[in-house]
Amino acid sequence: MSDETAPALLLTHGRIIDPASGRDETGGILIENGVIRDVGPHLDHLKPMNGVTVRHCAGAVIAPGLVDMRVFVGEPGEEHRETFRTAGLAAAAGGITTMICQPQTLPPLDDAPSIDFVKRRAKDRCIVRVHPMAALTKGCAGGEMTEIGLLKEVGAVAYTDGARAVTNAQVIRRALTYGRMFDALIVQHCEDPDLVGEGVMNEGEFAARLGLPGAPDLAETVILERDMRLLAASGGRYHAALISCSASLDVLRKAKEAGLNVTAGVSINHLTFNENDVGQYRTFFKLAPPLRTEDERLALVEALASGLIDVIVSDHNPQDVETKRLTFAEAANGAAGLETMLSAGLRLVEAGHLTLPRLIEAMTLAPSRILHLPSGTLSVGAPADVIVFDPEEPWVCDPAEMRGRSKNTPFDEARMAGRVKATIVGGRTVFGG
Amino acid sequence: MGYAVFETARYMGKTGAAVKRALGLGSFCLYPIIFDMSINQPSSYVFPHKHLLGIEGLSRPDIEALLELADEEVILSRQVEKKKTSLRGRTQINLFFEPSTRTQASFELAGKRLGADVMNMSVANSSAKKGETLIDTAMTLNAMRPDLIIVRHHAAGAVQLLSRKVDCSVINAGDGAHEHPTQALLDALTIKRAKGRIEGLVVAICGDIMHSRVARSNMICLAALGARVRLVGPTTLMPAGIERFGFEIFHDMREGIRDADIIMMLRLQRERMHGSFVPSTKEYFRYFGLDDEKLALAKPDALVMHPGPMNRGIEISTDVADGAQSLIREQVEMGVAVRMAVLEALARRLPNG
Repeated sequence: MSDETAPALLLTHGRIIDPASGRDETGGILIENGVIRDVGPHLDHLKPMNGVTVRHCAGAVIAPGLVDMRVFVGEPGEEHRETFRTAGLAAAAGGITTMICQPQTLPPLDDAPSIDFVKRRAKDRCIVRVHPMAALTKGCAGGEMTEIGLLKEVGAVAYTDGARAVTNAQVIRRALTYGRMFDALIVQHCEDPDLVGEGVMNEGEFAARLGLPGAPDLAETVILERDMRLLAASGGRYHAALISCSASLDVLRKAKEAGLNVTAGVSINHLTFNENDVGQYRTFFKLAPPLRTEDERLALVEALASGLIDVIVSDHNPQDVETKRLTFAEAANGAAGLETMLSAGLRLVEAGHLTLPRLIEAMTLAPSRILHLPSGTLSVGAPADVIVFDPEEPWVCDPAEMRGRSKNTPFDEARMAGRVKATIVGGRTVFGG
Repeated sequence: MGYAVFETARYMGKTGAAVKRALGLGSFCLYPIIFDMSINQPSSYVFPHKHLLGIEGLSRPDIEALLELADEEVILSRQVEKKKTSLRGRTQINLFFEPSTRTQASFELAGKRLGADVMNMSVANSSAKKGETLIDTAMTLNAMRPDLIIVRHHAAGAVQLLSRKVDCSVINAGDGAHEHPTQALLDALTIKRAKGRIEGLVVAICGDIMHSRVARSNMICLAALGARVRLVGPTTLMPAGIERFGFEIFHDMREGIRDADIIMMLRLQRERMHGSFVPSTKEYFRYFGLDDEKLALAKPDALVMHPGPMNRGIEISTDVADGAQSLIREQVEMGVAVRMAVLEALARRLPNG
């Protein structure tokens, strides 16, 4: 995707935050032939050059483009929810330069041709980079392992059954063991379907008051704890896609201390909302795993700050209005998130829970390292995936203005602070300018 | 006074002197006082809500005003001429997404006694099966310009959702495991008339607390009126977080109903059984079914209630259900009165009302 035809671009006088080098200083960045040529304070004093577009970024932050490790796109099969084109537009507006799309499509991405299709389709239609995760089991049905080696050859970056947990311990054990040969990353959705049962929101007092069946956090921890035992026995690489409760954090901490090759993500929704946001049955806050209590939210934020949780994802799950305009129990899970992830994350910085560099790291370098991608850094020679954002610009989230095809945002009408001014993918400006 | 004598006589005739003592005549002597108050001072209270979606959100004066109004409706319902005109010209739609006999009949009678045109719609076997959503149904009905819609739905929050899409007043006739406000009001009215008061009474709500909207509405309503509420049921049929509601919780029925004034039994939702919550109805009856032996642990003048329909031999024995201490038939009568009161209170707020 590197655009060698785009004119050279010099961004100056911005606050450069690059977690890979620990850089956090005012300066500039020079982009040429789709890669980063130079970075540093000295670029602010560069004399104008022929063929180089200069952009003053005073008051703004210059950071690596965001890498969103969990995005549901409706292609193939559910184009009414989201296409690569619309997802790309939304991602670019949200500062996301790489989307990792999930394999739970119709049909699921469980063989080489389907991964190949997605890669081609994304290349043709999507203005940001797309890397697919492949299904971990055939048909995402939880039974037979997919062709991990062949899928990797055509570009799968990890293996998961998307929003469905692989409950069969033997399947996880084999996948971890077999995956070792390919350095495969096994991504698990930690939610035991039996323990979730009919549960549609966090089990506890609030669910009881609303008369809604509860889904206990135990459903998550039971799977994670079991999987850690399997990981210890089998070796391999494991990533817990979404952590939502403090009990899971204890399990994760122990596993990391024991030296297991495990990483974890958290959705921006679980960092910014709690179960009370469901209010009077607001279906845009119906998620899987469900939003938990405020104590749990704070524990997640703290775990993210300390690095126990590695990655923030948007968990972008576009749902068309008809699947949300239902009673709470019947409504679909999921929230659109590409366009609001960064702004929502800045709320945590504003609240003093998180430093800006750590926020950026969790959305850029951390996922890139886990997925072995070259992005997520402003190092010289790295692909020029760069964003410029004003960390304070106020705006109101208006679903009508959103670029994604589905408007199911929990930030509906919310006041946000911080907005992307420019998104550059491989040297080419795809948003702002 | 004539009524009180009749009522007491009926109890005496059926059960003899022991029960007369047990029930305490004093409580029945309050009836005429309530009559007089309501007849002489027609309530000028204006109900401050457009809809009745739940007991949650009602204040104690709201509840008491409805009960007072309902007392008047009881008088009306006992006359030969049972008609009023307060809803004349109004259209009432009973929209039931879940089968119901008694609640629907009760609302229908209530509306007709107040002079409304009542239409019954059982959606369980029409549009819903054709894929029409709740909101579509609401919009369709709204276009027919009803004044009051009574809704029962199998999903919690459904009535709230519907109320946001229509212009008329909406009454919740039961939404999933959430609320069933008119049931709680009729239960409160029944208790108040039988005991003369609610404040300070020990009320044990027993059985499947988890799946029961009747329990939800009743615990809020009774607590608001000053009763001491106990929740009694098997551990697996208590929702998580219930301990934070602030009520006493018992898993031993004998302890739970000891010295209670009112025992409110809940229907065991057998369709939800299948060995997953309790092993069998036989075992359930053994530990949580109300029979004479367990009832003897409550106060001698304790009264037994059940929202119906009953599973005889599962949560309640036939002896108790039909016995002298049972208020179950009174509940049904109060149901019509309370629903009339609710319809009337909401109708007063309707445009041109």
